[in-house]
Amino acid sequence: MNGGLWHGAWRRLRANPAAVAALCIIAALVAMAFVGPWFSPNEVEALDWSHVASDPGMVHAHWLGTDRLGRDLYVRTLAGARVSLAVGLVASAVSLSLGLCYGAVAGYVGGRTDHVMMRIIEILSGLPLIFFVIFLTVLFGRSESLLFVSIGAVGWLTMARIVRGQALSLRRKEFIEAAVASGASSARIIFKHVVPNVLGPVIVYATLSVPQIILFESFLSFLGLGIQEPHASLGTLIAEGAGEIEAAPWILLVPGVFLTMLLLCLNIFGDGLRDAFDARERR
Amino acid sequence: MRPGGAGISPPPADAAAALCVTNLEVSYARPDGTVAAVRDVSLSVGPRECIGIVGESGSGKTQVFMAAMGLLAENARARGSVRFEGAEILGLAPHPLNRVRGSRLTMIFQDPMTSLTPHLKIGVQLAEVLVAHRGSSWREAKREALEALERVRVPEPQRRLRQYPHELSGGMRQRVMIAMSLLGRPSLLIADEPTSALDVTVQAQIIDLLRMLRVELGMAVALISHDLGVVAGLADRIVVMYAGRVVESARAGDLLRSARHPYSALLLQCVPNLRDARLERMPCLPGQPPDPAAPERGCAFAPRCPRASERCARERPALRDLDGAAQVACHHPLSP
Repeated sequence: MNGGLWHGAWRRLRANPAAVAALCIIAALVAMAFVGPWFSPNEVEALDWSHVASDPGMVHAHWLGTDRLGRDLYVRTLAGARVSLAVGLVASAVSLSLGLCYGAVAGYVGGRTDHVMMRIIEILSGLPLIFFVIFLTVLFGRSESLLFVSIGAVGWLTMARIVRGQALSLRRKEFIEAAVASGASSARIIFKHVVPNVLGPVIVYATLSVPQIILFESFLSFLGLGIQEPHASLGTLIAEGAGEIEAAPWILLVPGVFLTMLLLCLNIFGDGLRDAFDARERR
Repeated sequence: MRPGGAGISPPPADAAAALCVTNLEVSYARPDGTVAAVRDVSLSVGPRECIGIVGESGSGKTQVFMAAMGLLAENARARGSVRFEGAEILGLAPHPLNRVRGSRLTMIFQDPMTSLTPHLKIGVQLAEVLVAHRGSSWREAKREALEALERVRVPEPQRRLRQYPHELSGGMRQRVMIAMSLLGRPSLLIADEPTSALDVTVQAQIIDLLRMLRVELGMAVALISHDLGVVAGLADRIVVMYAGRVVESARAGDLLRSARHPYSALLLQCVPNLRDARLERMPCLPGQPPDPAAPERGCAFAPRCPRASERCARERPALRDLDGAAQVACHHPLSP
């Protein structure tokens, strides 16, 4: 439906070698996270007592080494990456849809409604994030789906602010006035004329928020609030490796390098996407 | 329906009029006080009639019709009455208002470059109006959209349906806006400076198009413009506004030949004319229109008026009939 905008953005994105390279690496990492474990003879939770904390090498079946319990790091890192990616994507989608609806309504309707809705956002963003997540964990118990929801539920605040600002500037545009004059209802205007026109900046923000969320999940898991053993995310693997940094540095390095590469590429890709959508800046 | 000047008789206007504005006041609340944009305006547009509303920027000519369409800003207050096809529409909630606006009562705007939603194809935007108002199927609506583009003489209409607004020229976009406004078979089309953003040859084409469509579809047109030249080509009757009030209302031919209000006469002198092209300077109106926030005293035009007397500064002239041919708000009208 949005052929014009999307087409131009895609063309500009392809002209940006850093963004294209980043996108390729992201695709490779994601593909590896899903397909990679098939090439290894090891199971995620299998303990190999004959190779405990063995270093990386081709002499045994554990190419990237094992941890203190003899679990294969290659397989565990990829499994952890799947969890981290899922958290990043689902939480971004949650914050995207919540923020988009909330912000578009507040910005388009304006006036007192806007005031009340933005004060609610301010109150919510005043709450300390960590305590909020701890509170939810205590209330509902630890689960992966709760992690998705709680991170997404916090992330939508910024998204709502961005969308609201965009909607506010669109509200007085002539084509919105023309839509009002041609008898379109507010709901139709919001979802057909306001939301699609804020989608560009919103998608850029969403792309840039995926690495933030992955990082935040790693942080929560590091603190022991996120993913629990025997499941692993990149964050828990790093936390585990941090304890062994002197004796077996690879336990930290393997998931650490994977996470760093993923975050770096996501950020470069997000920046490229931002440039691609902001056509005026480049001309 | 419009014998002589009868269509312009004040307030208790005929129920048959397409649009009947009575004692309309529009004011804006600002932190530093209230600003009056429209002061006690009454006018009516008869069925199939084309009226031209002329005035400087800030004379309130657009505000009258924005009030009718429910498009005033949030800090605006409108009082009085606006009846469309006999029913009161001033101050109506959006939902009931949406039943008439966009179908029976439509409006096109000054800047066609920004009046179309940028991310939707022309065909979708046109069809959406029918889907929203009439509940037509998309397929049916698309077919009618094509007919609508043909009606406004857009070349290659089939291709235009698949194009985005930025792929069309200004004149083409204004044609699309007109096509959109005609989809609901309006009885009144409000055209707010429809040609001001276009270049002169395209202006003439759009005015020609409006003239043809008006006859073809039998609709009334309210043409708002600061340019008497544009209005002269289309309007049956011309209403001149100054500082939020109607100062003269007369049949177009009469007004263009011999304006009765000094302001209208001066406006006419300001229309560039090939015969006077050798004049060294364009004639222009000296002075500034009054501050809309200031209280009214006497005739608003008096400070700029060559015929002003001491009475004009004291006493505001009421709109009155002159020889049954024109209505003029002036103590010292020009003789025909």
